[in-house]
Amino acid sequence: MARDGAIQFAEMTSVEQLSPGLTNEQQPGRYRLRQGDGDRLFDWNHGPQGVKPHCFSPREVLWSEQGEPLRFQPRLPAQAPIALVGVRACDLAALSIQDKHFLHADAPDPHYRQRREQLLLIGVDCAHSAETCFCVSTGDGPALDGGYDIGISELDEGFLLWPGSDKGQTITDRLALQPADDRQLESMLRISTQAAEEQQRSLPQPAELRRLYRRLEHSHWQDVADRCLACGNCTAVCPTCFCYDTGHEMSLDGENAQMVRQWDSCFSAGHSYMAGLLVRANVLQRYRQWLTHKLAGWQEQQGRTGCTGCGRCISWCPVGIDLTQEAAAILREGSVDV
Amino acid sequence: MSDLYLPRTAVIDQRTQESPTIFTLRMQFEDDHAQQAFDFSPGQFNMVTLFGVGEIAISIVNDPQDSHFFDHTIRVVGRVSEGMSGLRPGDRVGIRGPFGRGWPLDEARGKDVLLVTGGLGCAPLVSVIRYLMNRRDQFGHITILQGVKHSSDLIWREQYDIWSREHEVKVLLAADVVTREWRGQQGMVTELIGELNLRIGRAIALLCGPELMMMAAIANLRSMGLADNQIWFSMERNMQCGVGQCGHCQIGPKYVCRDGPVFCYSELADFMGTKGF
Repeated sequence: MARDGAIQFAEMTSVEQLSPGLTNEQQPGRYRLRQGDGDRLFDWNHGPQGVKPHCFSPREVLWSEQGEPLRFQPRLPAQAPIALVGVRACDLAALSIQDKHFLHADAPDPHYRQRREQLLLIGVDCAHSAETCFCVSTGDGPALDGGYDIGISELDEGFLLWPGSDKGQTITDRLALQPADDRQLESMLRISTQAAEEQQRSLPQPAELRRLYRRLEHSHWQDVADRCLACGNCTAVCPTCFCYDTGHEMSLDGENAQMVRQWDSCFSAGHSYMAGLLVRANVLQRYRQWLTHKLAGWQEQQGRTGCTGCGRCISWCPVGIDLTQEAAAILREGSVDV
Repeated sequence: MSDLYLPRTAVIDQRTQESPTIFTLRMQFEDDHAQQAFDFSPGQFNMVTLFGVGEIAISIVNDPQDSHFFDHTIRVVGRVSEGMSGLRPGDRVGIRGPFGRGWPLDEARGKDVLLVTGGLGCAPLVSVIRYLMNRRDQFGHITILQGVKHSSDLIWREQYDIWSREHEVKVLLAADVVTREWRGQQGMVTELIGELNLRIGRAIALLCGPELMMMAAIANLRSMGLADNQIWFSMERNMQCGVGQCGHCQIGPKYVCRDGPVFCYSELADFMGTKGF
């Protein structure tokens, strides 16, 4: 729903809270909600956050401790079930990437899992692409492709709806649904094809992106660094960025303390702090860390890039830095591979 | 599911001051079962929590066959390690671990082992030296090159003397700044490498210390013909989770905490010496 001038996942009590006809304009460094034509409910793309904060909490207590005698107490989140309505294909792809990271077989994160298990995901096909979208080039959208419990496609005359999981099936079984006819199925396909054709941006293919690691000395890194404010907006809105910082917070009486984790960003100074020095002391090194990890390093770690083409890092960057253009420039211009 | 972030309490048995800024804590888990189940290999580390202050990564320096305790040698470099220097026998800390990949013991078995270390007595390497010395028949010639900035910085001096008297063990010491009683060489530890008669083909090198020192050592070793997959070293980075999740310790696509901290040169060759990685 719309809140504070952006689409957000917030608690809803009635369908009227989904503003009919609302759409969004997204450009580098710009995000605006606008009343469009018609009364469709899902004509917007997304707001600053995807599913991430609902599984990987921006700030949470991991455990608490008492000093005398020293004891550690687990503090798992008490998460009530929630349904997220209107999740897009790019964000479901991002969720699957975060699942792999946090529920990695060697070290599953119980805090993430507790929240993750309580989610019911109602996905929706995108009917339009924002100017900043490029999910076609990453293979993650704009039509739903798994990862949801119930899928929705919004037609002018109503909704097509189908189950994507057993959990979703138990719900759709209880709804009085009419079978879709061929014309409706054709409309559904046409809508997502049209959304795909609207996309103006694209990311180079994974094999090419792996070459970023061979262009670490390219002069274009400095060009981006001169524009980048190292504010960390891109990592905060990115649906796959997972870095977090942990720290102790002591009670005022000194008897108890707790371990708190919160989202960190590779653009922060402390991210690379080690024994009194910073491994990444300047903006160039931090932007390069972010882009090379996201687009190349992730491929070795997870078998795919860490980008699902949502374009949030472009819209929410205060100076409008566009990773698709920066990556292309570094891969294209000038110097040969080293 | 067990909570991978939750520390278990350990009690300090013994505290040894190794130098003005370096101390060793011998400890054991409060829970006997946890102590019995604790199994690590040299080069691995624990995350050690000081109540209310913080949690830091510290390598384990004793021999894994010591089943009743484990040792951490700590240098005071920051807020948490400084707080830990005040710990005394009977005090408690939180422990998570062991984490990471240790030294390539199977790869080294049967080979000559060259150990190169710089700085103030590099704890991760000491753990593997002890391991080799306690299993002398499983390894070939052992050469230890230890460099320090100032000759008075060297800790475990008696230990080096004892090791140097073992059969087919050579210990070479180097200090940039020396006092009169120094019996080692004056200069860089990496200069000693050129004087070695490495039996290429049956030698493996294990390195630990400042990155610039390690890079100089790697260059020397490679020029002498040692293969990239026979050069191993322990890396240090900002580590908070220990399991490849918090993202801080990455060097390119590698997590130092999970894929390392011990790496083979061929794994990190593209990033060594590139500022910012």
